[in-house]
Amino acid sequence: MKLTGAQILWEALVREGVTDVFGYPGGAILPAYDAMLGYPIRHVLVRHEQGATHMADGYARASGKVGVAIATSGPGATNMVTGIATAMMDSSPIVCITGQVGSKLIGSDAFQETDITGITLPITKHNYLVTTADDVAPAVREAFAVARSGRPGPVLVDITKDAQQASCEVDWQAAEPHLSETFDDALPGDGDVADAIELINAAERPLILAGHGVMLSGAEQQIVQLAERGGIPIAVTLLGIGGVAASHPLNLGMMGMHGEAWVNHAIQEADLLIALGMRFDDRVTGNLKTYARTAKKIHVDIDRAELNKNVRVDVAIAKDLRTAVTEWLPLVGAVDRSAWHARIAELKGDSAVRDIQNLPDDGHLYAAHVINDLWRLTHGDAIVVTDVGQHQMWEAQYYKHDRSRSLITSGGLGTMGFALPAAIGAKIACPDAEVWVVCGDGGFQMTCPELATAVQENLDLNIAIINNGYLGMVRQWQEFFYEKRYAATPISGPNFAKLAEAFGVAATTVTRRSEVAGAVEAARHHSRAALIDFQVEQEDSVYPMVPAGADLHKMIRRPSPSPIVETAAD
Amino acid sequence: MLHTFAIYVDNKPGVLNRVASLFRRRAFNIESLTVGHTETRGVSRMTVVVDTDEYGARRLEAHLYKLVPCRRVDDITTSPSIARDLALIKVAATGDARTHVMQLVDVYRARIVDVSPESLVIETTGTEDKIDSLVEVLRPYGVVEMVRTGRVAMKRGLAPVRRNGAKPAGGPSGDAAPEISGDVSNCSV
Repeated sequence: MKLTGAQILWEALVREGVTDVFGYPGGAILPAYDAMLGYPIRHVLVRHEQGATHMADGYARASGKVGVAIATSGPGATNMVTGIATAMMDSSPIVCITGQVGSKLIGSDAFQETDITGITLPITKHNYLVTTADDVAPAVREAFAVARSGRPGPVLVDITKDAQQASCEVDWQAAEPHLSETFDDALPGDGDVADAIELINAAERPLILAGHGVMLSGAEQQIVQLAERGGIPIAVTLLGIGGVAASHPLNLGMMGMHGEAWVNHAIQEADLLIALGMRFDDRVTGNLKTYARTAKKIHVDIDRAELNKNVRVDVAIAKDLRTAVTEWLPLVGAVDRSAWHARIAELKGDSAVRDIQNLPDDGHLYAAHVINDLWRLTHGDAIVVTDVGQHQMWEAQYYKHDRSRSLITSGGLGTMGFALPAAIGAKIACPDAEVWVVCGDGGFQMTCPELATAVQENLDLNIAIINNGYLGMVRQWQEFFYEKRYAATPISGPNFAKLAEAFGVAATTVTRRSEVAGAVEAARHHSRAALIDFQVEQEDSVYPMVPAGADLHKMIRRPSPSPIVETAAD
Repeated sequence: MLHTFAIYVDNKPGVLNRVASLFRRRAFNIESLTVGHTETRGVSRMTVVVDTDEYGARRLEAHLYKLVPCRRVDDITTSPSIARDLALIKVAATGDARTHVMQLVDVYRARIVDVSPESLVIETTGTEDKIDSLVEVLRPYGVVEMVRTGRVAMKRGLAPVRRNGAKPAGGPSGDAAPEISGDVSNCSV
């Protein structure tokens, strides 16, 4: 039976297990939209194509499945660029389908024509320009294979209007992906198990650095087993949060620019770093010249190009993380590392009190209060989707994630406006989960029209705006490094509660800590979307902080006397 | 140092762009690049010369393997190999100068492939050094135009080219035991 290119597209998506897509129609994708009605797929109409890509991304990160976004040619396609780059940096598997002008018109500057495969070349794992109906099935199937394989990432399939309209017979067998055997394949002769085990068993002060790869490879249990067997403490990256339970006694917490002070000190004092599914990003290492100078390094990553990229390592292993660690487990010796644990406890005792602790109510509303209370009230069980900036770091510090894939945030690209649409995607992927958006007042204003999407889809989504009237993280940099010259960082906003109500979202405004619990509980028990505008202290900063490019152990600590009274007492 | 890569890619539209774009966005400078068909239908071979260190070469190789249309990457820098550049050089030589030029062409085992009243076109194949040297000696006679292909390279012998990157920490990438073969380019076969 002959099918049109448009029908083949949906048939291929269904065969890949797709049940939900996020999109926005337009001229060049109209044939595909027309055909969609015949297939069992939930289409979520977004308010901007950037939102569609973030939703697909949030969907993928929450579920581990491939997220799908769809848009028309020209502006529809270019609006996807930020979301695609976000997914690329954070290794999130999404497939973007775009319409393209008719193949005869390509190159003629036709209405809504843009070279989207050219534009997205450096920010996709791969992309396809499909100009005939025959090529639709192989391209879509290969796109899913590429998006999922190895280090996951975004793939774009650009389909001309005539390819959607034309009909052909489909041979699904022949349309199987034929990826070259070398693609995403570990090369022979990698640093081997014995090299790694020798270093691990000989180390006196080892530290596991756990990244996003822990979740992407499903190695959560293996990492904990490795840590427990060898008595090896774990530090996590921002995207590694949740991969190891925050409550696990060996999990020290987040490393890096706004990581826990004791974690950064532990990295600098370690004699072995076991880097698992992380990529030594500059926000994690600080000055590379002084980074972990006393430590030997083992690096496991499925992406060979990450090995020896930023940090030269002693053993480099390009392999699926779960496979690699599983091979190690029987060989890891039980070594007494109590001296190392005692040293870390000593480091912790000093900085825990000063930097990151529970905060008593002194009449002011601090973001840390809000996040910490949110964590208690949701019993740490929510999927929290954060935006980018101060609130993102506070969330990472004060919300203790015990579950894998329970923090979704834009790490590598640092995309403001990510949170709300990504949370919509996460909620659609996990309809039974409690999903919270934690977002700044700046980032929220970038993508807030997606509130309408949440309402149209009847989503029970909770939104916490950490509203300080500033582009807070940039303001903090101006305070620290630009003599408090606040160029373009004070930002006004609408009355967020009224705005939300106009969208049909229940909303409230909170200015005192005593009101936090009531507002959070009300939102949790509301069965539709609810928003809380937390008007917090305006000029608070995130501590500790390693200035960009500074030595990892040289952190800016919270000044004393502090505007926040910190105590060690819970 | 200069690294020479032989890169096998699917012969599909836009592949050259993907490879070139990769070099650009990872901040590697291409010294020369040639593309052509191979013995296998549908597969093209690029010879790319890049100035980078051993770590850079290994990373580049790893990045190239992440391209879907890239089938194989050989770093043949340290392997015994034949590297050739082809040049067409137009020299504005008349009268006695023309005779001198023809003698030089003989010495360099080059060929004259076009003669006009005002100029000669010389074709030569060889290493970049040899061609550079020929160009230098011709320069006084008036080189008015020159075109060069850039390096194409191939390993000597039949030993299969090992896929490199075996030791990501570095180390020379040559084969342990290349087959015996020798330079016969000067033999009059």
